[in-house]
Amino acid sequence: MKEEKEYIKDLSDIREMMERSSRFLSLSGLAGVLSGIYAIAGAFIAYSVFGFNPDSIDYIPSGADNHDTDVVNVILVAISILVLALATVVFLSGRNASKRGEKLWNNSSRRLLANMSVPLATGGILIIIFIFKNLVGLVAPVSLIFYGLALFGAGRLTLSEVRYLGITQIILGVAGFIFIPYSLVIWVLGFGFVNIVYGIYMHYKYEK
Amino acid sequence: MKIAVEGLHKAFESRIRLGIMSALLVNDTLDFNSLKELLDITDGNLASHIKALEKEEFIGIEKSFVGKKPNTRYYITKEGRNAFNEHLKALENIIKSGRLS
Repeated sequence: MKEEKEYIKDLSDIREMMERSSRFLSLSGLAGVLSGIYAIAGAFIAYSVFGFNPDSIDYIPSGADNHDTDVVNVILVAISILVLALATVVFLSGRNASKRGEKLWNNSSRRLLANMSVPLATGGILIIIFIFKNLVGLVAPVSLIFYGLALFGAGRLTLSEVRYLGITQIILGVAGFIFIPYSLVIWVLGFGFVNIVYGIYMHYKYEK
Repeated sequence: MKIAVEGLHKAFESRIRLGIMSALLVNDTLDFNSLKELLDITDGNLASHIKALEKEEFIGIEKSFVGKKPNTRYYITKEGRNAFNEHLKALENIIKSGRLS
């Protein structure tokens, strides 16, 4: 018969394997921090360079005849932030994965991505519809809510704190709908500061 | 069925088989390469352990094609799930009783 110590090791191995095979644990906290910084920088550019401050649901950038170009510029800034943030997450999580001797593109990361893509794509499509219907004021809160829903669902498939990050974003998104005049500030709070705070926490918890 | 001391199942004596069962318990299906990566073992080694578990009818095989490539995925059977849960319970009992004595 085996020693008791070995049985304890068996149990802890089993638990570890269940975690590792079902969750993507290489998600980078540092990438969250950097994405937050990009978001703040992007919102700052949109506000101060292009005068973007969506303070009503049917907001149209004021004080310019060429308001269409301004909205186009803000959309370009937003897309750049998104691409930059995604690239950062992929790169830094990939680095984490190789440190742990895992592949970035594995069963659990595939499942994570597939799960997040549904709420994120839904949110993205809604945002495009709102822009075409001149409901620019709804874009910021809607993006927070669907980002939050994606994270909430992802909590089971990656680091469990992501669940609370998701709830925080959903609450901020709802607040954004109530306080439309402050929706850009609330967006900065969610995509910027909240991402940074959670990112720092997860970086120290898992990457140190 | 071979039952070892105190409800521990012989088939789960190997740590690799424990690993395979644990991974399949929390994933609907897994393919050969995912299992190989998780366990960090050679093809031959994994294949022999899979065969053993298959023989006990603890895991099943699902064959399909991804494009032109054949794709073999494994899943845990009902018997496998029951046997593994019992094995887990037995492990916990041994540890608990060990602490008491």
